[in-house]
Amino acid sequence: MNILTLIRQVPDAEARVKINSQAVDLDGTTLVMDGMDEYGVEEALRLREGGAPIEQIIALAIGPKRNEDALRTALAMGVDRAIHVETDEKFDAVTLSKVVAQVAQAENVQLILVGGQEADWDSQALGAASAERLGWPQLTWTNELKLDGGTLTGRHDVDDGNESFRAELPAVVSTQQGLNEPRYPTLPNIMKAKKKELRKDDAASYGLQNRVRTVNAEIQTRARRNTMIDGKDPQAAAARLLELLRSEAKVIA
Amino acid sequence: MILIVAEHSAGKLAKSTLEMVTAARDSGREGPVTVLVLGQNVAPIATEAAAVADQVLVADLPVLATYNAEAWAAATTQIAGEGEAHTVIIGGSRSGREFAPRVAVKLDAPYLEDATSLKANGAALQAQRYTYLARVTETVEAEGPVVVVTVKPGSFEAAAPAGEAGEQYDVELTLPASRVEVTGRSVEKSSRVALTEADVIVTGGRGVGNAENFSKYVEGLADALGAGVGATRAVVDAGWRPYAEQVGQTGKTVQPGAYIALGVSGAVQHLSGMGKSKNIIAINKDAEAPIFKVADYGIVGDINEIVPALIEASKR
Repeated sequence: MNILTLIRQVPDAEARVKINSQAVDLDGTTLVMDGMDEYGVEEALRLREGGAPIEQIIALAIGPKRNEDALRTALAMGVDRAIHVETDEKFDAVTLSKVVAQVAQAENVQLILVGGQEADWDSQALGAASAERLGWPQLTWTNELKLDGGTLTGRHDVDDGNESFRAELPAVVSTQQGLNEPRYPTLPNIMKAKKKELRKDDAASYGLQNRVRTVNAEIQTRARRNTMIDGKDPQAAAARLLELLRSEAKVIA
Repeated sequence: MILIVAEHSAGKLAKSTLEMVTAARDSGREGPVTVLVLGQNVAPIATEAAAVADQVLVADLPVLATYNAEAWAAATTQIAGEGEAHTVIIGGSRSGREFAPRVAVKLDAPYLEDATSLKANGAALQAQRYTYLARVTETVEAEGPVVVVTVKPGSFEAAAPAGEAGEQYDVELTLPASRVEVTGRSVEKSSRVALTEADVIVTGGRGVGNAENFSKYVEGLADALGAGVGATRAVVDAGWRPYAEQVGQTGKTVQPGAYIALGVSGAVQHLSGMGKSKNIIAINKDAEAPIFKVADYGIVGDINEIVPALIEASKR
């Protein structure tokens, strides 16, 4: 069986995000593989190292040329080959799931791993939409995963707690913190990764049509009062804070 | 019509459903506001929904006794199709954002995810949403015979009952069995108000010191104020608190009236989960902590001294 891991390249969490002509401008911003997707790459490698009969682990990224860097990182971590569907157009997640479903079918994939919520578009839709297009079940927000033959077991978070689950492959699994600790690529593996296949696909061949238009983007910050209270006298500070919360902010009775 | 899929738990309609009704009414989209209630033994929930909606559709079936993405998506798609809904509104909870994309694919509809505002713009539906760890507000729009939307909890006022109660109708559905077998469930019950519904939240970070202090100070102040309890990722990773309390990129997103952060430094990932709170109150002994940059009220001081004083003063 083959595993597909989906990868997005996103700004580093500490990087400043800037806006240019009413759109997010990532020029000059430090970009990294989305941390949520790293859990997926790591988990694929661990499933194989744990003895699951996995022939190939394939990383897929859809986006501009710079996404090659994230794919090279995945290759250096240990995935076997990468597919880059190159496009400068910003597609919504449900539209992108068309690419995922087509690649999964063409590459005989049984399991798709994807980050629970991407740190660029703050979306949770790619995994679920891909699962629907393929007619597969999905497990979201997974923090424990085992594969035995064609059976997945594990645990994932739900609205009011967590559930243990069992499901037969094929399936889509979305990942999150706690699932594993992603490995760092070692220098020899970075060198080896340069020789691995990174296939380029033309986005036009996937028949994508964007359904969601971005009209505007802005850095919108709520004006904060920034009222500082001296904490040297704890009783006075506590009384002052409660008074402000009651009379000015009106948030407690 | 505008179709809203009700969120409910423990036999009660969730506040998020009332928020979705407001989103629907204020959107400028035409047609009756219809709430679809999926579940088993949901008659009381349907009655609650009827108080705020034009009509309520009820699917009371054993197969819907517990949520699963495939059944919820199939049910919503069938009803949206039969009722010729032009707008389908689903809650922005974990489960809502899990089955909504499946509905969008089934209906071949565009999907506006996690909207904080909603308004008709000609034939299109326009929404605002947060991106880049909630640092950017994007305005997006889509049009089609039908558009699927999830609405971020806490973004709209809860609708209040007005006028006559809407009619209730039972609906027939053919639903697939879930292919995911649930083998165990751990519900993280709390006597306190749920984080996503709380108007006041007290959150503790590593600066609180240890698990014992967390109980004493964070839970102590929350109880004094009738607030929900939150935790940072570091606190959850350290095992002091359950994951269900985690606020931030990988935990819950909250927008309470007041967010009281005790010993929280204010990492970007945490701010993405609470930065839209109406009032942010920070207490930290480190005057350089980034949380103070976004705070409405800040106290640089020792939690061991200030929190007991706060608990004491709030009882008066």
